[in-house]
Amino acid sequence: MAAISREEVAHLARLSRLAVTEQELDQFAGQLDVILQAVARVGEVAADDIPPTSHSVPLTNVYRDDVPQPCLTQAEALSGAPDAYEGRFRVPRILDEEV
Amino acid sequence: MTDTYEDALATYEPVIGLETHVELGTRTKMFCGCTTNFGAEPNTQVCPVCLGLPGSLPVANRAGIEATIRIGLALNCTIAAWCRFARKNYFYPDMPKNYQISQYDEPLCVDGYVDIEVDGETFRIGIERVHLEEDTGKTLHVGGATGRIHGATESLVDYNRAGIPLVEIVTKPVPGIGARAPEVARAYVAELRDVVRSLGVSDVRMEQGSLRCDVNTSLNLPGQQWGTRTETKNVNSLRSVERAVRSEIIRQAGVLAAGGRVIQETRHFHEETGDTRSGRSKETATDYRYFPEPDLVPIAPDPAWVAELKATLPELPRLRRERLRQQWGISEIDMQSVVNAGAVELIEETIAAGASPAGARKWWMGELARRANETGVELSAVGATPAQVAALQGLVDAGKLNDKLARTVLEGVVAGEGDPAAVMAARGLGVVSDTGALTAAVDEAIAANPDIAAKVRDGKVAAAGALVGAVMKTTRGQADAKAVRELILSRLGVEG
Amino acid sequence: MTDVTRMTAAQIAGLIAGGDVSAVEVATAHLDRIAAVDERVHAFLHVDREGALERAKRIDERRARGEELGPLAGVPVAVKDVIVTKGIPSTAASKILEGWKPPFDSTIAQRLHAAGTVMLGKTNMDEFAMGSSTEYSAYGPTHNPWDLGRIPGGSGGGSAASLAAYEAALAIGTDTGGSIRQPGAVTGTVGAKPTYGGTSRYGLIAFSSSLDTPGPCARNVEDAALLHAVIAGHDERDSTSIPAPVPDVVAAARLGATGDLTGVKLGLVKEFAGEGAEPGVMAVFRESLEALVKLGAEVVEISCPHFEYALPAYYLIAPSEASSNLARYDGVRYGLRVGDDSTRSLEEVMSLTREAGFGPEVKRRIILGTYALSSGYYEAYYGQAQKVRTLITRDFQAAFEQVDVLVSPTTPFVAFPFGSRTSDPYQMYLADLFTIPTNLYGGPAISVPCGLSEGLPVGFQVMAPTLADDRMYRVAAALESAVGTFTPPAL
Ligand SMILES: [Mg+2]
Ligand SMILES: [Zn+2]
Repeated sequence: MAAISREEVAHLARLSRLAVTEQELDQFAGQLDVILQAVARVGEVAADDIPPTSHSVPLTNVYRDDVPQPCLTQAEALSGAPDAYEGRFRVPRILDEEV
Repeated sequence: MTDTYEDALATYEPVIGLETHVELGTRTKMFCGCTTNFGAEPNTQVCPVCLGLPGSLPVANRAGIEATIRIGLALNCTIAAWCRFARKNYFYPDMPKNYQISQYDEPLCVDGYVDIEVDGETFRIGIERVHLEEDTGKTLHVGGATGRIHGATESLVDYNRAGIPLVEIVTKPVPGIGARAPEVARAYVAELRDVVRSLGVSDVRMEQGSLRCDVNTSLNLPGQQWGTRTETKNVNSLRSVERAVRSEIIRQAGVLAAGGRVIQETRHFHEETGDTRSGRSKETATDYRYFPEPDLVPIAPDPAWVAELKATLPELPRLRRERLRQQWGISEIDMQSVVNAGAVELIEETIAAGASPAGARKWWMGELARRANETGVELSAVGATPAQVAALQGLVDAGKLNDKLARTVLEGVVAGEGDPAAVMAARGLGVVSDTGALTAAVDEAIAANPDIAAKVRDGKVAAAGALVGAVMKTTRGQADAKAVRELILSRLGVEG
Repeated sequence: MTDVTRMTAAQIAGLIAGGDVSAVEVATAHLDRIAAVDERVHAFLHVDREGALERAKRIDERRARGEELGPLAGVPVAVKDVIVTKGIPSTAASKILEGWKPPFDSTIAQRLHAAGTVMLGKTNMDEFAMGSSTEYSAYGPTHNPWDLGRIPGGSGGGSAASLAAYEAALAIGTDTGGSIRQPGAVTGTVGAKPTYGGTSRYGLIAFSSSLDTPGPCARNVEDAALLHAVIAGHDERDSTSIPAPVPDVVAAARLGATGDLTGVKLGLVKEFAGEGAEPGVMAVFRESLEALVKLGAEVVEISCPHFEYALPAYYLIAPSEASSNLARYDGVRYGLRVGDDSTRSLEEVMSLTREAGFGPEVKRRIILGTYALSSGYYEAYYGQAQKVRTLITRDFQAAFEQVDVLVSPTTPFVAFPFGSRTSDPYQMYLADLFTIPTNLYGGPAISVPCGLSEGLPVGFQVMAPTLADDRMYRVAAALESAVGTFTPPAL
């Protein structure tokens, strides 16, 4: 049985802000299924008593002092902007919800 | 039918919970060296890090970590021995990286409490967690109805605020407060504000958004399990906190009474109308896909450091207020008005400068409070310093000024003419203590009013008042009325 | 005078320091070589001719003033396009960053400039470093100078090919799952992945933050060590940068070059010595192992039981982090924006922008990562993968209690023809089978050419304990002294 359905892939694409095409959906669903079958093997090992590793460096408490550094100018900040207006980044209307 | 608050509370019991975001007053942002001044030109306090430019990396600001731990300690929390930042993933244009660096299942501070008072009664509010995260930028919605996102044709984004450290303080659910729920919510936020202020880690200006509140409310029938809660966002003043809880209680009671069910959702509070309106339904809420932030290493506060921070916490507002109230020997009502007038520190400093508690309070809560109200300035900015007020009261106590003169001198002080002594000298004010001059003035008055003097001699002592007035007049009020009266009686050979 | 493009970086620096050749002449020779062959190789996405000549000129001026020059002053370097360079296009080979000119420099670029190296330009790669062939570059693949019909490896195929094609003397790569080592192996060049945290990620366009590691690419081990020494070291702008002194990799490389490995214990990873690799690759690898034994090394077979789970763990951790790291490409602050016709909502424009701006492999990994992090699947996938990471780290630690370094082939197969693995992504992933464990552990590893199979280069991988980067340079240099370097057919 498939590890991931075409519908799930479509939902994930929406969640990832990817307007994928129908062909891509077919293609990705198949490919991701193969990949997921393979990577699911991580479930074979690692019992509960194994701590997870999120960072490979054993560092803790790396901080900077609260001292101001030079900022970019407004022009530099907006230099790469696809669209800007009066010193701000301009974006199309936002749907009235968080996601 | 339940449409009033009273009806609602007659049937249901409310449970509230509060999520408060406090913007820290660090000099620089949480993960970069950008300055954090309020009201700067848009996108002038940004850098590759807080703009989320490709390749940039965050480095945590020690001051932000320290401030969060101090808030946690002030709220009686346990400080985590080891915890991590986490990424909260969702798309929104005011978030430069489309994820927020926050904390998830490993908050820096957990399981504390804060005691608050609502008309004399003390409530203990449990604190679930205190964690550190980064603020978002500001979005300006244009085209639609007055700055609302709804109906806007486009939006403009300013990232100056993005990355400013934000401390999120989450209470445990607060049941069993019945009709007091709105006041309890308000008192909690007020106390939280005072606590944070006393720590000096934020100016907590609600009007500037440096303290923002989300209020959770649910209703249940007595003895039954808690109802479905709604989360009311965008509650940005103490008054609004109270109104939001109240209106949400009324609304939910209406829904329930009509046989409906409250849905778990985010609602928005509207200042103008004072009601809450449905926003995004949580049932369709996104999955934030939290995971440990790989660009930042774990936080493991040195226990010695935490102990030191705890040992150096300032006295918390509530305890301090009670201590001063007793030292000053005033009632809780009087203390409350002192607090409301923002006079606590001023009176304390005036006493420290040598004035008596009663004297210090008299000037700050009387003459100066009145002026502050009239001119619409903070009491601390009214123009007199605690030292000056103490000096003024000192002159009164020493008999060098009477009450009327003291007010005149205070006028001069507030007008910037210098310290009380200087004003006295400059304006030639001050009680006449030279008895020779005073005796002359008294004899003059007796001579000028023979009939009144006769009445007094005949025992009509009360009539002496007119003579006193005459003397005060010739001495331009600079005499001590009591002394004058005694002198008059003795000159007329009457025993007072 | 002999062609400077054929010289080692050390030789070039020596000639410039001695005044035998000017930095401008060296830069010009390489720029001309690029002009002559890069149409066929396509190692570069952007050549900064003016910038390079300007920097070279400054080196010559400093020398004329009698200033002390660094060991790599005037040496031409090619930089992978995933490294941010101020004012110079930095696209990570993606359409979504087409034309973006960063307003800041990466730490790597700053250190290259400070060392007086001459940056020639930005090299091609798989989009956002996701791939093993450069076939996923949005700007067309790089061709392997050994056989223009074959892939140069990936993701850093452009950097490796620029060396094999003598377009640059040194190159910068980044290694998340093998992107420095595997291209090195299939192009007959040297590629080193330093200890994670040993080189700064500041200004490295993130793919998988907990794995990404910038490192040196060169045509020989000593050059790689010289470049390593220039770019490595603590950087306070990277919280994961290790505040420890950089081991003396140059001295280690020179020691190894003497050809004496007496007393050095090599651990042969049992799990990687059997099937999984092409017979031709295994044959060359075994010969190299014998060559090392002749130099005095001792070989011990070591079992690393969890290495077989490295690939599955990697393809959960890397895509998960990538799905978050790549969320910022939304057409709001920089880069591509598509579909903004003033009727569509921001959400629609974002989705159209990302759909148009990302290639298929990037989309696959974003979706895979989003899935692995979803609340319902987090524990089974991302959570388990992080536990596997712990087990693999323990395998390494246990191994290094018995041996000084671990060895294996760098990649299971030699350079493959274009298109032979793109249809089946997982077949492509297998190219990193031997390189990925090191990334999950965080230790250093190097690939050094060790021979030819079917006329194509084979790479020998040496893996060392974290912060013991010098060990791998010693062994790699020793092997190089025994088998020599490998020159591709003339282009
Ligand atoms: Mg929050
Ligand atoms: Zn910044």
